[in-house]
Amino acid sequence: MTHVSETNVERTVDTAAMQVSTTDVAIEVIGMHKWYSDFHVLRDINLKVMRGERIVIAGPSGSGKSTLIRCINRLEEHQEGQIVVNGTELTADLKRIDEVRREVGMVFQHFNLFPHLTILQNLTLAPIWVRGIPKAEAEATAMHYLERVKIPEQAQKFPGQLSGGQQQRVAIARSLCMQPRIMLFDEPTSALDPEMVKEVLEVMISLAEDGMTMICVTHEMGFARQVANRVIFMDQGQIIEQNDPENFFSNPQHERTKLFLSQILH
Amino acid sequence: MTMDIGYVRTDFVPAKPAPGRTGGPILWAQKNLFSTPTNALFTVFGILFLLWAVPPLYNFIIGHAVMPGGTVEECRAEGAGACWAYIYARFNFFIYGFYPIEEYWRPNIVFVMLAALIIPLLMPTAPFKRTNALLFFVVFPVVSFYLLSGGVFGMRYVPTEQWGGLMVTLIISLVGIICSIPLGILLALGRQSKLPIIKTLCVLFIELWRAVPLITVLFMASIMLPLFMPAGTTVDKLLRALVGVTLFSSAYLAETVRGGLQALPRGQFEAGASLGLGYWKRTYFIILPQALKHVIPGIVNNFIALFKDTSLVSIVGIFDLLNTVQSASSDIEWASPTQAVTGYVFAASMFWMFCFAMSRYSLWMEHRLDTGHKR
Amino acid sequence: MAVHGNLSGPAPRPSLLNDPVFRGIIYQVLVAVAVFGFIAWIVLNTAQNLAMQNKTTGFDFLFRTAGFDISFTLFPWSRTSLYWQAFVAGLLNTLLVAVIGIFFATIIGFTLGIARLSSNWLISRVATVYIETIRNIPLLLQLFFWYFAVLKAMPAVRDSFLLPLGVYINQRGIMVPMPLPDHEFIWVAVAFVVCLAAAIAIGIWATRQRTLTGHYPNSIVLAARFANAVVMFALAYLAVTLLGQIVPSLGTPIVAAVGGLALVAVSLTPYRPYAGAFVAFAIAFVVASALLASMFSSIPLVVLQVVGALIGAAVGWIMLERIGTAPVDASRFPTALPILVVFGVPLALYYLIGAELAFEPPVLQRFNFQGGFQLPPELVALVFGLSIYTAAFIAENVRGGIRAVSKGQTEAAQSLGLKEGDRLRLVIIPQAMRVIVPPLTSQYLNLTKNSSLGAAIGYPELVNVFTGTTLNQTGKAIEVIALTMAVYLTFSLLTSAFMNWYNGRVALVER
Repeated sequence: MTHVSETNVERTVDTAAMQVSTTDVAIEVIGMHKWYSDFHVLRDINLKVMRGERIVIAGPSGSGKSTLIRCINRLEEHQEGQIVVNGTELTADLKRIDEVRREVGMVFQHFNLFPHLTILQNLTLAPIWVRGIPKAEAEATAMHYLERVKIPEQAQKFPGQLSGGQQQRVAIARSLCMQPRIMLFDEPTSALDPEMVKEVLEVMISLAEDGMTMICVTHEMGFARQVANRVIFMDQGQIIEQNDPENFFSNPQHERTKLFLSQILH
Repeated sequence: MTMDIGYVRTDFVPAKPAPGRTGGPILWAQKNLFSTPTNALFTVFGILFLLWAVPPLYNFIIGHAVMPGGTVEECRAEGAGACWAYIYARFNFFIYGFYPIEEYWRPNIVFVMLAALIIPLLMPTAPFKRTNALLFFVVFPVVSFYLLSGGVFGMRYVPTEQWGGLMVTLIISLVGIICSIPLGILLALGRQSKLPIIKTLCVLFIELWRAVPLITVLFMASIMLPLFMPAGTTVDKLLRALVGVTLFSSAYLAETVRGGLQALPRGQFEAGASLGLGYWKRTYFIILPQALKHVIPGIVNNFIALFKDTSLVSIVGIFDLLNTVQSASSDIEWASPTQAVTGYVFAASMFWMFCFAMSRYSLWMEHRLDTGHKR
Repeated sequence: MAVHGNLSGPAPRPSLLNDPVFRGIIYQVLVAVAVFGFIAWIVLNTAQNLAMQNKTTGFDFLFRTAGFDISFTLFPWSRTSLYWQAFVAGLLNTLLVAVIGIFFATIIGFTLGIARLSSNWLISRVATVYIETIRNIPLLLQLFFWYFAVLKAMPAVRDSFLLPLGVYINQRGIMVPMPLPDHEFIWVAVAFVVCLAAAIAIGIWATRQRTLTGHYPNSIVLAARFANAVVMFALAYLAVTLLGQIVPSLGTPIVAAVGGLALVAVSLTPYRPYAGAFVAFAIAFVVASALLASMFSSIPLVVLQVVGALIGAAVGWIMLERIGTAPVDASRFPTALPILVVFGVPLALYYLIGAELAFEPPVLQRFNFQGGFQLPPELVALVFGLSIYTAAFIAENVRGGIRAVSKGQTEAAQSLGLKEGDRLRLVIIPQAMRVIVPPLTSQYLNLTKNSSLGAAIGYPELVNVFTGTTLNQTGKAIEVIALTMAVYLTFSLLTSAFMNWYNGRVALVER
């Protein structure tokens, strides 16, 4: 069983401020299938994410959650169906993919900060070389986001000098510096010590409050309850059930969902 | 199909095969040889290169080669390939050097003993490791020495000048590694020691031998060793080379062992100390067994390097495998255009077989230790 | 000493023999006495032996006349030169072969290391076979092979092979044309060096402006457009001229110039990928056909030209996809500009001031070659052997270094939208180089040490000239061997000093 925890962030989340658009589609996945050589890893995925939505994807390990969000910025290729991100369909066209990736931020389980660059350089690298933003401006933006994740004093340090929680916050700030319209989180707290989970979740909640479109693969059910407006449950490569957090947790429908929830929520 | 809030899947999608083919040679080629235009271009270059290089190579080694039993006239013919007949005719020389033919049974016994002892020693699961190691590292060298040089039990005395070929290559590399293992361990322990004088001496010794090329060490051993000995002592030529090789390889071995010592968690040293064991007991019972197990691949790699390096003794006039091949290549009886090349190809393949087998063994051990560690 | 009997004090000390500090001192004294005793014994024996042979010690022999020949030196050498000059000659020859060997070993090694990681199965297999074959065969054997079986098996001087560009190869080595620059040519050489520095400066400045302002400066963009056109013209001219080798009617300067201009014109329109693709096709077609013709002499030329055309088409197709349709703008590095500066300016100067670089080809006389420059076979064999052998080890280091950069780094860079070139330049290569450089340096040191094997094939490097001939003639075994070892010890110390400095500089800061 995967490590699942329920860290409650002790503050009320301002859900009223989170506007969800009813017309503006951020991501649309239509009848998507993916295989790893002969292994059918994602089966008939249909998903429509509106601008401003916060989606949590849950499910047992190996259910294809990570693969699904990795398909959304094409770190993995799909073989059948369509994925449309910000109105651009993902195909083999490299130029288009780079354009999509600029608008989609991704936070990894293992942070993947660039160890040879300082925190500030980590944050300004992509804005300077992808967006062509002048260095001074990029640094100002970087400092702004570092303040937002509450570690401006670490700007001149190297990733190796920071704790896991701090590194993950830097990784979030690094994505934000590209001012993405969508953020993907791939188990952002799974590699962290329990006491650091909270500081990362706080940052993610404040992002949600700002109306960021987010898809989070996570085992943090407390976070799902507080922030998500939809929880998706996946098993064996398919979406088994989806619902608003209230109903999802209190009244699961599918047998597998029930089993999963009973295992993690004692 | 849209999925709204409150969606529950009712129809479970069964796994289906991937679109198109996922197996078969055509798809494999598409994926591994022609995945992009650049890749396809490289493949074309690769195929052209193979078309250019392989047929002549095949013709030389097999196609147009003169097989054992052939005559020198065939080897001298226009367009003849490798002259294996020459290798076959001189094979004994390449293996035993000038060792008297009627005494070949002695090195042969040594070869058999070597195989019988080293194979179980290298197999991690073979029983009686301790006895085996004792036999290999202590008994085997002594017995082999008396068998090869004779002069006892009515066996004819064979001076080392008559030893040669693969036999000498194996002797030098085995003696080198057997002697340099204890020396290397002592040096590595000394280098890790907290005692400043011992540490300094060990560092100086290790770094000096690692800094200079083996050839200068061999020159030193063959020219200066007699000077260092009391007047009137004569030092056997082979022994001089052995001393040089051992000094040289013990320095490299010391560094390998040091790597193993450093990889041990600090707790092991402390645990040993907390048991109230003295330095030597602690080292012998706790530290070394663990460290040595982890440096087996490193020691094998050292042995490979040493095995290749033994070819340098030909420069100081010892008839190892390379030197026998080199000197036989001026043998008028078999003079042909391909004589020298054939000799080198033969020697190269001998060296290659030994080194490749050992490097595979070392990789396998490394892999085994790696996974063993994780469990 | 601790005072016994004081109950509140520390526990009573164990006996002196069990005190670790005391035992440590005793051990050290014992070892020191043993080692110095051994050394003293050796020194005494040596002194006695030398006295018996009536030999003296000391370095004064260095200032005596050597009186032997060295087959190849970097400075004028005669039999009247002194022993210390022989030492220097040997040392310089060692350094020469080391520098050339390192150059080639690095190129071959990096190529192989990257090839081994290639997603192309065939390429990675060929690289693997090379590495596994070469590194499991003793270097000395390989040197013997290159020297005795390849270079010494070349035809006698009278039947020398003629290679392209007027190069001859025979038993005595490789004869290459000797460049004979005139007095004006020095200015062209100076200009080349200055332009190289200028190009690097321009590159650095442009990149810095790019980070500071977000775009490359307008002046650079304009210059780059001009440079693009000029470089395009040069390449197109070359392409048409080369095509003239296959279609003779194209082989005149006028056709080439007109064709070049036409292609430049196309390259100024949005159809520029087609111009680039055509040039790539033509060059690849002709070069591949010529190469194939020299590789497979038994196959009809037409067949080879068809294969060459297919290769050219593939190259053209690749270029078609690589070249963007937009002209150079402020977001792309102006690659053509430094190229034009480095090659264009010196070339223009060459014609402008009427400098001349003549080549004196080697000419076969009755018994030997007249003119040209002779590369001794020993040098060639040693460079061959050392580069090919060391490259196998470098390749493994390169592969390890690249693989040490985790896949997550690439993915993070991708998800930030960095293009492939930027990903490599900013994220992957800087990290891989940290892993590659230290073992690479020790391979360079190994190559330098292994160059001593040149002694076995008669290349006059340090060990051969000094530890070999000089020692034989003077009998100063201790002095000569000590000096030789001191040289290699110095190399080694310099290398480890560099490695310490480099590791300290690039070490990833950890908690």
